[in-house]
Amino acid sequence: MIITEQKPFSEVEAALKGKNKVFITGCGSCATAWKTGGAPEVEAMKEALTKIGKTVTGTVVSEEGCDSRKIGREFRTHKAEIDDADALVIMACGAGCRAQALAREDKPIRPTNNTLFLARMERLTKSEQGCVMCGECILDKTGGLCPMTACPKELVNGPCGGYNKGMCEVDPDRECAWIAIYNRLKRFNELDTMREIQPPKNQAKRKHPQAVDKTPVKV
Amino acid sequence: MSKLAEAFKAGKFVVTGEIAPPKGVDLKTVMEDVELLRNRVVAFNVTDQQSSVMRLGSLATSVLLKQHGVEPIFQITGRDRNRIAIQSDLLSAAVFGIEDVLCLTGDYVSLGDHPTAKPVFDLDSVSILRAASTLMEGKDMAGKPLQGTPKFFLGAVVTPGADPLEPQILKLEKKVKAGARFIQTQAVYDPALLESFMGMVKHIKVPVMLGLVLLKSGNQARFMNKNVAGVTVPDKLIEEMDKAESKVQKCIEISARLIKETRPMCQGVHIMAIGWEKRIPAILDAAGL
Repeated sequence: MIITEQKPFSEVEAALKGKNKVFITGCGSCATAWKTGGAPEVEAMKEALTKIGKTVTGTVVSEEGCDSRKIGREFRTHKAEIDDADALVIMACGAGCRAQALAREDKPIRPTNNTLFLARMERLTKSEQGCVMCGECILDKTGGLCPMTACPKELVNGPCGGYNKGMCEVDPDRECAWIAIYNRLKRFNELDTMREIQPPKNQAKRKHPQAVDKTPVKV
Repeated sequence: MSKLAEAFKAGKFVVTGEIAPPKGVDLKTVMEDVELLRNRVVAFNVTDQQSSVMRLGSLATSVLLKQHGVEPIFQITGRDRNRIAIQSDLLSAAVFGIEDVLCLTGDYVSLGDHPTAKPVFDLDSVSILRAASTLMEGKDMAGKPLQGTPKFFLGAVVTPGADPLEPQILKLEKKVKAGARFIQTQAVYDPALLESFMGMVKHIKVPVMLGLVLLKSGNQARFMNKNVAGVTVPDKLIEEMDKAESKVQKCIEISARLIKETRPMCQGVHIMAIGWEKRIPAILDAAGL
């Protein structure tokens, strides 16, 4: 899941200066589950914008805000309302904003959310980063725990000297990623993999922008 | 061969000091300390913006020391440099005749005074050591040949008081495999701790230097116990410090005692005076060095 946070309303208001008529889009996927852009949040945004004198020409909670096929269909359904708006207010992640900006290149967009990370969700109010998408998975060598994600320094060869009784120096409330990895490898009797020198990561795999035109992999 | 490498080769008990480049360009205090100690230590660590606080660079300061006839141990971290900058800075050090290089991962940026900076960490300490070793083979990390091959005497650090300790030792083994030829430890105040650590690393055939951060007061010791990972000042020492009429005399006494007690166990002492550089000669006198 992609975790987003809602910007303070004052920031949304400032960004909408001079845009009097707006169309609001939510997202039925991550932003609905995380409550940053589902139907209730779209409704609340509509109320708040109306209160400050904006005209909301219409709203839609897209089935999946980052899927251009779905957005395309949904925007065609709401064509008149969008035509009438000065701006699209988007309650989704950055990928959703991209899909919607492409769907209506004639309309300025105003995001209500900041996009934070790719997450594992634990419960409705608690998530943790699950993967930094380094493009070169090494979980087989690290006891299934990711040092790229869980270690602030992205160390691949073991812990730095900064852990205190097994806790991370950068965030003392979190266990050191490499102490956790060490304990897992020990449990699996795989400590020898920690003795091998790991080469530096291929950072070219993280260059952006990235695009893919998929050829199916044959296993 | 660097003086540091020669001293270890000759089997001497090696003393090194440390200087922190200033925030700014006034090196007066730094050079005073260097002058005072130039005949008492073999070389000076030049820290690389330690604790992620923006300062004058370690390479420029190392060059100034070298030009002053004093041997620098150039500290290089991966915090602010990618692999291109690390290799280039190593070559830059080499053209000034700087051979001693201490390779570190570096503190995280949020600990310093520019917490919103982009952290680099392209290479960790093991990879920096390996990059430097590769340069010494006449090629770079991409396998391209070098025009002129640099020479380095590479060092690394370890925290003997880390809990748990085994992951530190696993990493130390990798650092040595990657080219580390001397080791400086994080501060240790308990000779028994150093003894047991040295027992665990006796298969590592490189010299180990005790790290000694001078104790200036009981409060400083309590602060380190609370905030510095892997450092424990025993209660007995804190009590001694608290009761002492002259903190300076007590600092000299405790430091000299620690050096004498640990001297048979390790190959040198690295003194981090953090402002009390002027006390180092008295400490070395008292320790018989």
